[in-house]
Amino acid sequence: MAVIETRDLTYNYPGAKKPSIKDVSITIESGEFVILTGPSGCGKTTLCRCFNGLIPHFYGGKLEGEVVVAGCKVADHSIYELARHVGLVFQNPENQLFALSVEKDVAFGLENLAVPRDDMKKRVDWALQMTGIEELSERPPHELSGGQQQRVAIACVLAMQPEIMILDEPTSFLDPVGAQKIFEVINELNRKLGITIILVEHRLDLASKYANHVIVMDEGTVVLDGEPRGVFNSEKARLTGVGVPKATRLYQILGENGIRLGRVPVTSEEAASLLREVLKRD
Amino acid sequence: MIEVKDLYFTYPAGVEALRGITLTIDDGEFLAIMGQNGAGKTTLVKQFNGLLKPTKGEVVVDGVSTREMSVAQLARKVGFVFQNPDHQLFCETVEEEIAFALRNFGFEENAIKKRVDWALNLLDVMQYRKTSPFMLSGGERKRVALASVLAWDPHVVILDEPTIGQDHQQKEKLRQFIVQLNAQKKTVVVVTHDVEFVAECNPRVVLMSGGKIVAEGLAEEILTNPKLVAQASIVPPQITQIFLGLPDFGLPTNVIDVHEARRILLDLLEGSS
Repeated sequence: MAVIETRDLTYNYPGAKKPSIKDVSITIESGEFVILTGPSGCGKTTLCRCFNGLIPHFYGGKLEGEVVVAGCKVADHSIYELARHVGLVFQNPENQLFALSVEKDVAFGLENLAVPRDDMKKRVDWALQMTGIEELSERPPHELSGGQQQRVAIACVLAMQPEIMILDEPTSFLDPVGAQKIFEVINELNRKLGITIILVEHRLDLASKYANHVIVMDEGTVVLDGEPRGVFNSEKARLTGVGVPKATRLYQILGENGIRLGRVPVTSEEAASLLREVLKRD
Repeated sequence: MIEVKDLYFTYPAGVEALRGITLTIDDGEFLAIMGQNGAGKTTLVKQFNGLLKPTKGEVVVDGVSTREMSVAQLARKVGFVFQNPDHQLFCETVEEEIAFALRNFGFEENAIKKRVDWALNLLDVMQYRKTSPFMLSGGERKRVALASVLAWDPHVVILDEPTIGQDHQQKEKLRQFIVQLNAQKKTVVVVTHDVEFVAECNPRVVLMSGGKIVAEGLAEEILTNPKLVAQASIVPPQITQIFLGLPDFGLPTNVIDVHEARRILLDLLEGSS
């Protein structure tokens, strides 16, 4: 079942001469883990803003075509209605955090949904635990490091337990181990709770293994849309400047030299086991 | 160019962020500072342009202690590009943003124009010169912040997480640009978590943990030591991990580059057949 469907979606920010996204037609199925990538400025963030109604309800501008999210036509539903279905973790956590304590920030969305107090406490604690920031619950978010703030921003959305979570480079300020932990958390939400994940990401080396659907944008349009191995291995991905995982790159370079691995790897573990077969054969 | 002598720093709230750092950074060097969140990386580089002053110990930039210079004096020599571009950008257009510091430093209008054009081109943001920085994407804002610092041509450039929000092509441009800066004897200090970027550049790496330096050396030595990098919440580059995952084939364990990996694998396969 499709949870997000766009048809010929085109959008201009107010006063913009050129559309930021153009004729975007995509389908995202329920339970998918989608990576949305492409050069900086290609329209990834703009597209995500169409999914939770920030476009057009907050930003204004001109929206053409159609976007349906969790059965709701975005143009006909307000941001707060859509917020029950779609959670958005901003690229810059400072744009999202405002309360005087981490706990209050995480509780804010739940208060707006009038969640009962006991339930709220449980969900806040769970979200803090999932993101590994229980010990920060009393701290003011603006005093935390960039990486800690990113975890708080994720916890805020997590607590809402939306059907769809959109994360716009959610680990950009995190160290690799911290980033991996976040990706693991996101993966668990996807696997165990069936939450549809849309991850906007450049660091494909770390994130690719979790995805089963990759969408690549360039200059406002969708240029690739499919399963990760096919997308990463395509010539188009390289030409668009997608930083394909080094494991995939090694596969391609070896292929150019006449060494064929059994399939396209996206992780180092896969590449190592495929190489093992080739090395053993000789 | 920068000498750090037994530096300690404690924030007013009492957090001891740096605990005995000693480090020399040479003219024309490319240094990457890596380590987990909260290790003290940003605190350390803020000492280089005097935004923070030592609690104990000393930081000497171009022969003068940072205690004896104002941030404005240091800024002319040491340019700092913040992790979060929104901490830095405030003008109404990209062009004004880049011209701002140049005016403060008293450059002539003619020179300002030339430098602004140069920086806009360099960072690929020329088409946005009349646009508000806040209308741009995260990655583009980051490049405007970088352009605004490079425009005044400081001797040392500090880049706090420069690859955030940058696609692969922009990262490659950044890498080439750093190489150029180094060739002009400019010093570049990068604070980053981007292991693959560091693997592609192979600079000297300083690894920090808990306010201390835990290791120093070339990227190919530091990043390929799984125990060492784990201490700093870093994972080795994917190519290294692939080779580490094949322990029985006598492969070297210090490979970070995909082309070197190819060469080694080809040699091995040809040698055995």
